[in-house]
Amino acid sequence: MDKDKLFVSSYAPYWHNGSSLSVKSYNIILAALPAVIMGIYQYGPPALGVVAFSISFSIFWELIMNSVMKRPVTIGDGNAAVIGLLFAMLLPAATPWWVVLVGTFVAIVIGKQIFGGIGCNPLNPSLVAIAMLMLSWEAMLDFDEALVNYDLGFYMAYPLGALKHFGTDILYHYSPGQLLMGQQPGAIGATFGLGLIIGGIYLILRGFIRWEIALSFLAGIFITALVFNIADPEAYAPPLFHLLTGYTLMGAFFLAPEDASSPVNFVPMLIYGACAGFLTVLIRNIGAFTDGVVFAVLMVNVANPLFDKIRPKALGKGTDHA
Amino acid sequence: MMERPFFGFGRPKLKYAEIERLTQPDIRQVPVPAQITVFLDHAAEVKDLGLRQGTEVKTGEKLALYKDKKGYLIAPATGTIQNISENRTYTDRRFLAITIDTKGKDRWDTQFIDEAESPPGPENALAYLAFLPGISDFTSLIRMDNPLHTLIVNGTDPDLLVLTNQLVINTRPEEIKEGLSHLSKVTGASRVILVVPPNLRLQAEKVGAEIRVIDPVYPNTLPRLMVQGVLNQTVPANGTLTDLGIGIISAEAVLALKTAFTDKTLPVEKLISVIDKDNGVTCARARIGTPVREILSTLNISTQQGDRIVFGGPMTGHGVYSEDMPVLHHTDAILIQDKSRVVPSSDSSCINCGECVRACPARLPVNMLVRLLENGLYEEAAQTYDLLSCVECGLCSYVCMVHIPVFHYMMLGKHELALREAMEESNG
Repeated sequence: MDKDKLFVSSYAPYWHNGSSLSVKSYNIILAALPAVIMGIYQYGPPALGVVAFSISFSIFWELIMNSVMKRPVTIGDGNAAVIGLLFAMLLPAATPWWVVLVGTFVAIVIGKQIFGGIGCNPLNPSLVAIAMLMLSWEAMLDFDEALVNYDLGFYMAYPLGALKHFGTDILYHYSPGQLLMGQQPGAIGATFGLGLIIGGIYLILRGFIRWEIALSFLAGIFITALVFNIADPEAYAPPLFHLLTGYTLMGAFFLAPEDASSPVNFVPMLIYGACAGFLTVLIRNIGAFTDGVVFAVLMVNVANPLFDKIRPKALGKGTDHA
Repeated sequence: MMERPFFGFGRPKLKYAEIERLTQPDIRQVPVPAQITVFLDHAAEVKDLGLRQGTEVKTGEKLALYKDKKGYLIAPATGTIQNISENRTYTDRRFLAITIDTKGKDRWDTQFIDEAESPPGPENALAYLAFLPGISDFTSLIRMDNPLHTLIVNGTDPDLLVLTNQLVINTRPEEIKEGLSHLSKVTGASRVILVVPPNLRLQAEKVGAEIRVIDPVYPNTLPRLMVQGVLNQTVPANGTLTDLGIGIISAEAVLALKTAFTDKTLPVEKLISVIDKDNGVTCARARIGTPVREILSTLNISTQQGDRIVFGGPMTGHGVYSEDMPVLHHTDAILIQDKSRVVPSSDSSCINCGECVRACPARLPVNMLVRLLENGLYEEAAQTYDLLSCVECGLCSYVCMVHIPVFHYMMLGKHELALREAMEESNG
C-alpha cells in the first residue's frame, strides 16, 4: 500500500452546510449594531465606553475561565462578545466601570462557564448578570436616576418608570413614532425600536434566531397588555406602549431566543415565547419591578426543559401524526 | 458542497442530481486491472476455509468458501488466487479479502449457463446471485417460506450526486422490463413498483410497471422514507422493511437480473458514478473488485495526500483511506473531495440551536440524543428519545453549527445497542 498517499477518512456525511458558531455570533453583533450605534449617538462617549468595556471584559473573563478550566480557548467563537454586547445594551450609559466589570463576571463565569460553557447554560448569561445587578444595586439600573444628567431634547422620564409611578396620564408624552425612533430614555441598546426590529428581522430571515420565539413573545405581550387595557384603560397602558418600551424588543429578538436556554421544537417555542410575554406584562402591570422582561425570560428559561418535553412522535413510534 | 442559503430559516433543501448532470453521456469502461480484490463477510473459522492460494479461477466461477458450510464467491475475473486474508473493520466485523491476479483474456465458467437452462427461480438466484451488482445482498429478498409481497424498484439514487440507477432507467428501460419479470419469478412478489424522479417519468413508462414519481429532495429515497412516501406505510422503529413484507431493490440490480437470466451471463461488472473534485459526475463500468486507483486513472482524476475518497455519496457514503480499496458489488458511487473542502468535525458541546431537530426527517430530538450518546447512555437514548427511529440520512451532522459528528454518534449508539442485544441473547 502506498503509505505516502493516505486519504482523510471519517464518518458520513462528507458535506457540511458551512454554518458556524462564529458566523452566527458575528451576525448577531451586526444585527445589534443599529440600536447600539443609536445609543452611542444619543449618549456619547460614556455609552461607547460601557459597550467597549463590557465586550472586552466578557472576552477577558472567558479567556481566564478557559485557562483556569484547562479548556480550549473559545473566545474566537464570538459568543463571549455577544454576551458582553447584549449585557451592555441593557445598561444605562452612565454605568460605572466597576458595575460593568462585576456584571460581565457574573454573565460569563456564573451565567455560562461554571455550567460547562456554551450550550450548557440553563439561563441567558446576559440576563443573569442584569438580574443580579437589578437586585444588588437597584439604583444603578434606575434609568431616571442614572440618566439624571442627560437632556436629549425629549421627555426624559423612563417610560415604564413613569407609567408605574404616575399611571397612564403621562402616556401622552410618548407617541409610538417617538418610541420607535428612540426618543425615550433607557438602556444603551434598548430604546431604538426600529433598529432592534430591523436587526431582529435580519436575524430571523438569516435563520440565526427563531421567528417562533420572537413573534410569540411579542404576541404574548400584546395580548396580555390588551386584556389589561380593555379591562381598565385608566390603569393599564395600551399594548403598543408595552411593545415599544423597556427591554421588550431586546427580549424578543436578542434575549429570549438565546440557544441554550430556549426550546427547539415548534410548539414549545410558541409556548415559551408566549409565557415570557405574559409574565412580562404581569410583572409590569401588577408586579413590583418597572420592567418585567428580565425576570420573565429567566423564569421561562428555567421551565425550558419542561417545554421541550412536548415533541412530535418520532417516525415509526406509536400513532403517526405526520 | 452545498452551502447554507443566505436566507436560511427553513429546512435544508438538498436536491438529488438529475441525469442531465452527467459530464459525459457515455459510460467509460475501466479495463480489467492486474489484480482484483473482493471483500466478503466472514463468520467462520479460518481453518474451515475451502479456498486456497494458487487456485486457478475462471470469470463467473462459483467458488465454495468453506469446506462444509454454505457460502460462496463468484470470481469476477480469470486468474489465480494470490492471497486470502482475514481482516476486521473498526466495528470489529470480520471479513475476508480475496485477491486474484488476473491473467489474459476472460475465460467464462459455464456452470451457471448450464444450470440456468432451467427457468429463473429462487433456487437459482440463491445459488448464484448473492453478489448481484447494485444491491448489498440480493438473497435477502428471497424468502422461501414467506415471500415478500411488495418490491420497490429504486429508479432514483440513494444519495446526492449519484446517477447510477437513473442512468440505467434512462438508457435501458426495455431491459429493465425483462428484469422485472425475472424479479417477480425469483422473489414471488405480487406487486412491483418502480420509483423514479419526475424527469425520468417518460422513460419509466416504457418499463410497463406500476410507477411512482418521488420528489427528488434528499432524503426521500432512503428506504424507510421511501416506504413511507410510496406506500404510505410506516416501518416501526425497531422493525425492518422485511417485517412488513416489503423489499427495495435498485434498478441496476434488476438490470443485472436480466443479464443473468436472459443473457445467461453472471453479472461481474458494476456501474459506478464517479464524482470528481468539482462535483462533475461521470459513469464508469468496472469489474467488481477493481481498485479505486484504476478507475481514477481511467477517468484522469488525480488525487493527493489528504484528499477524501468516499464509497457512496456525500451524505451516507463510507470514507476509505487508500486508493487500493476495491469497489464492491454494491458500491454505487465514488466521491473524490479535495482536501481544501474537507470539513473537520469538532468535539464542542451542543449549543442547542435546534437546527438538527428541524432538519431531522424522522422528527427525533437530536439535541437530547447527542447529549446522551456523548455520555454513552445508549439504552436511555433508545427508550426515551427514540434513537432507533433514525433513518440514517446524516442531515444532523450536515447542519450542525458547531460541527459535532452527530450522525456518527447516532450510528455508534445503534451499533452498541445491537452488540448488547446480541450479547444478551447469547447469554440466554
